[in-house]
Amino acid sequence: MQKMMQDRARELLSSGKVDRVLGWIEGDFVYDVTPHVFRENDIDQLIYHSFASQNLSKYLVGETKKDGVIAVFLRPCDSYSFVQLLKEHRFDREKVYAIAIPCLGKVDAEDLRAMGIRGITGVTDGKERIILHTLYGDVEKEKSEVIAERCRKCRGVHAPYFDERLGEELTKEPLTDRFEMVEKLEKMTAEERFAFWQDELSRCIRCNACRNVCPACTCEKCVFDNAASGIENKAPASSFEEQNFHIIRAFHVAGRCTDCGQCSRVCPQGIPLHLLNRKFIKDINSCYGEYRAGADLEEKAPLNRFDVDDCEPGDVVGKGE
Amino acid sequence: MQRIGVFVCWCGSNIAATVDVKAVAEALGKEPGVVYFEDYQYMCSEEGQTKLQNAIRDYKLTGAVVCSCSPRMHEATFRKAAAKAGVNSFMVEIANIREQCSWIHKNKEEATEKAIILGRAAIAKVHLNAPLTAGESPVTKRALVIGGGIAGIQTALDIADAGFEVDIVEKKPTIGGKMSQIDKTFPTLDCAACILTPKMVEVAQNEKIRIFSYSEVDKVQGFVGNFSVSIRRKARFVDEVKCTGCGLCTEKCPQKKVPNEFNLGLDQRRAIYIPFAQAVPKVATIDPDYCTMLKTGKCGVCSKICTAGAIDYKQKDSFIEEKYGAIVVATGFNPIELNKYDEFAYSQSPDVITSLEFERITNAAGPTGGTLLRPSDGEHPKKIVFVQCVGSREDGSGCGKTYCSKICCMYTAKHAMLTREKYPDTEVYVFYIDVRTPGKSFDEFYRRAVEEYGVHYIKGMVGKVIPQGKKLMVRASDLIDRKQLLIDADLVVLAAAIEPDKSARPLATMLTASMDTNDFFTEAHPKLRPVESPTAGIFLSGCCQGPKDIPETVSQASACAAKVIGLLCRDKLTGNPCVAHSDELMCNGCSTCEKVCPYGAITYQDKEFRMPDRTMRTRRVASVNPAVCQGCGACTVACPSGAMDLHGFSNSQIMAEVDAICK
Repeated sequence: MQKMMQDRARELLSSGKVDRVLGWIEGDFVYDVTPHVFRENDIDQLIYHSFASQNLSKYLVGETKKDGVIAVFLRPCDSYSFVQLLKEHRFDREKVYAIAIPCLGKVDAEDLRAMGIRGITGVTDGKERIILHTLYGDVEKEKSEVIAERCRKCRGVHAPYFDERLGEELTKEPLTDRFEMVEKLEKMTAEERFAFWQDELSRCIRCNACRNVCPACTCEKCVFDNAASGIENKAPASSFEEQNFHIIRAFHVAGRCTDCGQCSRVCPQGIPLHLLNRKFIKDINSCYGEYRAGADLEEKAPLNRFDVDDCEPGDVVGKGE
Repeated sequence: MQRIGVFVCWCGSNIAATVDVKAVAEALGKEPGVVYFEDYQYMCSEEGQTKLQNAIRDYKLTGAVVCSCSPRMHEATFRKAAAKAGVNSFMVEIANIREQCSWIHKNKEEATEKAIILGRAAIAKVHLNAPLTAGESPVTKRALVIGGGIAGIQTALDIADAGFEVDIVEKKPTIGGKMSQIDKTFPTLDCAACILTPKMVEVAQNEKIRIFSYSEVDKVQGFVGNFSVSIRRKARFVDEVKCTGCGLCTEKCPQKKVPNEFNLGLDQRRAIYIPFAQAVPKVATIDPDYCTMLKTGKCGVCSKICTAGAIDYKQKDSFIEEKYGAIVVATGFNPIELNKYDEFAYSQSPDVITSLEFERITNAAGPTGGTLLRPSDGEHPKKIVFVQCVGSREDGSGCGKTYCSKICCMYTAKHAMLTREKYPDTEVYVFYIDVRTPGKSFDEFYRRAVEEYGVHYIKGMVGKVIPQGKKLMVRASDLIDRKQLLIDADLVVLAAAIEPDKSARPLATMLTASMDTNDFFTEAHPKLRPVESPTAGIFLSGCCQGPKDIPETVSQASACAAKVIGLLCRDKLTGNPCVAHSDELMCNGCSTCEKVCPYGAITYQDKEFRMPDRTMRTRRVASVNPAVCQGCGACTVACPSGAMDLHGFSNSQIMAEVDAICK
């Protein structure tokens, strides 16, 4: 796959169809992957394996402000973010060449470390199995054993919107019910739930990684950076400020979150931030019918739409009790 | 820093009885920025307004908070008074300590505390208020009347008389509404058709009035003075211009088995029909559910027989776009469905009928030619039981309505009286909870039914109607004689409750007009503004606002016309300055606000911006048309970056109010 992507990228660059290519590059370690803008000279370094986890779509917001056309590789989950951003006019479609690629689920180094797999020096991906080359020898695992939570629940069958497809279109069934944990939280008493979130959110160091990685967070000026918003000084006003930050953020991305799971992936404190967003997704689904942000370019989002048979506030009140 | 004056109104005892007004004034006097405070018995009186104006002058106030009734009542009053004293209207805020405080609390201590908090929130808002100036918008001098019953007809005629153009949209093939189905009208007993049909003709002949029959309102946009409405003209498969209304097709159509809705299904009509002889417009309509040609493509009799060549099987729904300055809702009523009232055996026996069906049976143009005959066997009924309040005045737990339908007592008295007049050998019983006949010559009318016509009025409800052979056994209780009755009736007539037409609810949504829990449109004020909806430019005529008889409907329809004329007479309307605006530097151009805007006031444009690094960048940003924006604020809450804000209700003002309340 990686070879195919490099070849295609080189072709596109040399034909002049695109000026730059957005993909993934390895850092010091194999699992230390970062998004990178390639040109013809460094295209050989483009990688695609189980550690290429970043959602590339958000980078288009900045990249399309530059001159020329950029090609981007979109895994199914990225492409939902891609469509959502396009719907919100956040980048210039004409400056983007979207290439849909398949994905078999990604692996997080933290998860592997927790399983006792350390010193990773390389990876060989198979469809069902994955071989991790480490300083202490190779470890072979079933993919379903090691892939990240966000990939377990993945229903990303196909990219909804692209210019060309590379590789085969894979069908996939989610390995877990993504609302399982949300349901567990809903069943808690208000006190238990508060304790759960206090425990989780009090670890927050306000590094803003979740916001910076989130493809739904692309405001010209974030309300938390804007002194005039009246919110900026609200968050620290509480002794439990992180709660305000994350809840306000969840509200801001409600109905736009594609559940790509990047927020939890980048959190250095391991806070399951995606649960907040999933609660909103679950509620939107139950109130307005199944909806997936970024699945359709034309469809109006339930929170931006009014229908006569929309649920009444009374249907919602008392749900969380 | 603002210099704020606080004025606490007693509203006689309305506020002062539950709220310690002096304590409220004193507590608010200690708030930052408050330089003057006082309390007064009636702030809205001339004396009260003068106090406000004097304080503005004497204490150089820059803003004021009036703690009084709902802003709906007197915000305009106090704002006008302040403007006269030289302070911008929008520097005055109302703290509603009546409807939202004194009226709903019993404990004086608690109510006083709440009044202080409400006042504090208003003060916090005034601190962030800025003077606002309203723009102007032109008025389209044409009115739309939705519904062509007697209410719509009267309103349209009155507006047209004043020289304005009026369009009537009627969903049925003819105007006339319920009144056209009625036989005689109380209390004078003149025939409904004789007084209604000339008015229908008048409408048709009036040059200022256009009738869109068999049409529905599809979409409404805009605001007072500038509505733009899309009207769906349903395909009637007959060319309205060519059709002469000769009626030949309605006699020759081979599809004879269509329930005739005009006679409430008591007889049958053809698939091509004219509802009744005096229909306006007198144009045939093909019922697509029954027409053999439209369903199977095999027939075409009407097309062959029509000498005018008016039949067009290929006709499709068409749309008309028109602009209006005012919209009148006159959607009327329907009797409720009685399927759930098994105890009265309505769905079991054809001889249990509703009062409206009784009207058709006694109407000379009805299915029996006006002779009172039982639907089951066509025999003269010798014993008739009328049951009042079927579905009206219920406790709310059942399938009925809690309100009184208002017209049933009078029409039941009319039915009973007319029956005894025409068929003196018929025994007539009326079961009632109360007889309610206020109205000019109404009570005299009812007493005549009892005293001169010998109608048996029995206080009590009917418990059960049991069909037994040709008879209907009516079990009932007589509450005055305290005994159970069993009457072997031949006909039972149910005075079914009336409810707003089902089209009213979706229409209210389109018009953003408010409704009560029974789907009646609400008035801007139940006493002082009874024919206006709280939504500017939307007016209410007839039963869509509440149950009414014909005299009341006609007077309300004319009152409604007067209000519409008052609006259409004006060349310009002062707009609302509390409109949205976007901070272009923060706008993401995401279109969320455009999607949620119910008025279509937001558009996007690509604009060049100078960036901090001195480069120019083109960005897509939102811009609000202040003439179209109604200030609902939907965009401000939908905007993810907080770029959208509302003049007069800014996010920071609302936050300040919340903070003041939570302090």
